[in-house]
Amino acid sequence: MSILVDKNTRLVVQGITGKAGTFHTQQCISYGTNVVAGVTPGKGGLKWENSVPICNSVSEAVKQEGANTTVIYVPPPFAADSILEAIDAGIELIICITEGIPVQAMAEVRHKLNQGSVNARLIGPNCPGIITPGQCKIGIMPGYIHKEGRVGVVSRSGTLTYEAVWQLTQKGLGQSTCIGIGGDPINGTSQKDAIALFNDDPETDAIIMIGEIGGNAEEEACEFIKKHVNKPIAGFIAGASAPKGRTMGHAGAIVSESGSGTAEAKFNAMEDAGITIAKNPSKIADALLNCYSG
Amino acid sequence: MNIHEYQAKALLNEYNIPIPKGFHAQCESSIDRAIEQLESSQKIVVKAQIHAGGRGKGTFTNGFKGGVQLCKTSNEAKSIALKMLGNHLVTKQTSALGRKVQTIYFTEACSINHEYYLAILLDRESAGAVIIASTEGGMNIEDVARNSPEKIVRVRVPLDLGLKPHHSRLIAFNLELKGQQIKELHLILNGLYRMFIEKDAELIEINPLITDSAGSLFALDAKVSVDSNALFKHPEITKLRDTNEEDPKEVEASAHNLNYIALEGNIACMVNGAGLAMATMDIIKSYGGEPANFLDVGGGANEEQVTAAFKIILSDPNVKGILVNIFGGIMQCDIIAKGIVLAAKNVSLSVPLVVRLEGTNVKAGKKILNESSLKLISADSLAEAADIITKTVAELSG
Repeated sequence: MSILVDKNTRLVVQGITGKAGTFHTQQCISYGTNVVAGVTPGKGGLKWENSVPICNSVSEAVKQEGANTTVIYVPPPFAADSILEAIDAGIELIICITEGIPVQAMAEVRHKLNQGSVNARLIGPNCPGIITPGQCKIGIMPGYIHKEGRVGVVSRSGTLTYEAVWQLTQKGLGQSTCIGIGGDPINGTSQKDAIALFNDDPETDAIIMIGEIGGNAEEEACEFIKKHVNKPIAGFIAGASAPKGRTMGHAGAIVSESGSGTAEAKFNAMEDAGITIAKNPSKIADALLNCYSG
Repeated sequence: MNIHEYQAKALLNEYNIPIPKGFHAQCESSIDRAIEQLESSQKIVVKAQIHAGGRGKGTFTNGFKGGVQLCKTSNEAKSIALKMLGNHLVTKQTSALGRKVQTIYFTEACSINHEYYLAILLDRESAGAVIIASTEGGMNIEDVARNSPEKIVRVRVPLDLGLKPHHSRLIAFNLELKGQQIKELHLILNGLYRMFIEKDAELIEINPLITDSAGSLFALDAKVSVDSNALFKHPEITKLRDTNEEDPKEVEASAHNLNYIALEGNIACMVNGAGLAMATMDIIKSYGGEPANFLDVGGGANEEQVTAAFKIILSDPNVKGILVNIFGGIMQCDIIAKGIVLAAKNVSLSVPLVVRLEGTNVKAGKKILNESSLKLISADSLAEAADIITKTVAELSG
């Protein structure tokens, strides 16, 4: 009933002894996530909250505790290095929550991920994480808004994802898996990657894609959807009312394909790909119900 | 983070990119000293320093035209500079109020043979650098892209390999440079790329890059933007920040680690998360209202930050109503609720407040709000909240 994470996920938490790491690890454990280890360099051998073993490195967590997935709550100056450490330790799924990582550091991470010998998938950074309702919650999303079901959700936003998920749940539409891919210009898993995973998942019947202005991740996903996806999809783009030129430098506009980056262009691409559009963020679940009976 | 032209040029100079000799002044008494250091036989260009393009064609609010002027004598340069200093310059990139000119940059004039465009920026798709160059410099590159895209060359530079000689050659030949100029461009590109990497730049734009009458290349204007997330590595860049160039409310917000952007409407919003904040603005607009701001209180906002956020919102005289929309993940609803109550005690809340809370600790949050003596309207959904605040503000505005 899911992609990427489920009951078999064995999670290590990088930055487990920090304030955010501690709070959200407690939340994830009480949701049912199997947290097998934490990493805080220098605190190896101790136990977090008298329960979870702390390791000095991710590779220790892999070897000693059998971790196969990591979540990163490490502060921005060190978070990109934490991702690289997790890749080197052979972790298959890396979820980076941290916001504010320098973009060139993320460019290095992307090059590492693209190397043929690397088999890791990164979700984020600057994202809420990933949840398979009823099985595994990794990240900072409130667990109770989710419900087990068959709708896949992918989003660049955190709280806007909660908004959409809550609408779905209130309408009785459960979710297979919800992925926040993060709001940074350079990230790991793209909209297209997540859509492809949902498309291949026999237990996902319909998809919600939530994007925002800037870049061309939604346009790229729409191209893929046009060619390969027959599952019903509803979508929303945040930022139609955003002022121009505040998030992107003016020379930046000519790097992306002409016309991309605006909410209008993205809504057009979605329309062209046959996605049912929610023009209003409070109508995202309703939009899905227009093309999917649940 | 953006910096001024004179600061950008100083950085270019550090990376051996040729610039015309220049000095800046920030008060009347330093003008003479700046001008004296220039070659007296040369004409002088007087340039108003603001973080906005279109300065040459801009107009000062006192009616004086042109934020960039060519002067024949030192006296003329001084008198022009005095007309600029302290006045507001309006360009197509500023608001109608313009920006106050607090620094004047004096440079030696160049004889211009040809104007080119040259920029390096981060390319999201390839996660590398891209160098953009054009034979059509001195004008808005977006216009060139629209009208004659064939005159723009884009060269992607992978960060793991860095800038290679063939990248430089490709750009040089596309700019139709010859002989010595190709070598000069090679040095310029090397400096540009090193500066891009070492300073964590998001954009370095040289427009125009010129050849002078002797055929040598110079950077005549420069715009540099640095990744704000990387400033912890660059104290030397951080100190170049000029808060005079920012909305005072935005400066105050950044001091509290809040992400605030002033807009022109009358419905303020306070939201957690950038995507939801944009969506909240969108829905206010779709219900016929106009958002007064973008405000993301972030994932870990505390009581003090929420209080500061309210003070900033209420310092905007246009604000006729406030919509608080919190969907708690990292942000816990009870913390936001405490902040709202605290802020209301500190600031006399004279405008209608609609609060929509959902997520972590929502029950505790709503309880705190309900048990306070605050006059607020609680909404259960985003649509309901937007509906109430737009109607309330519309009624107030009559």
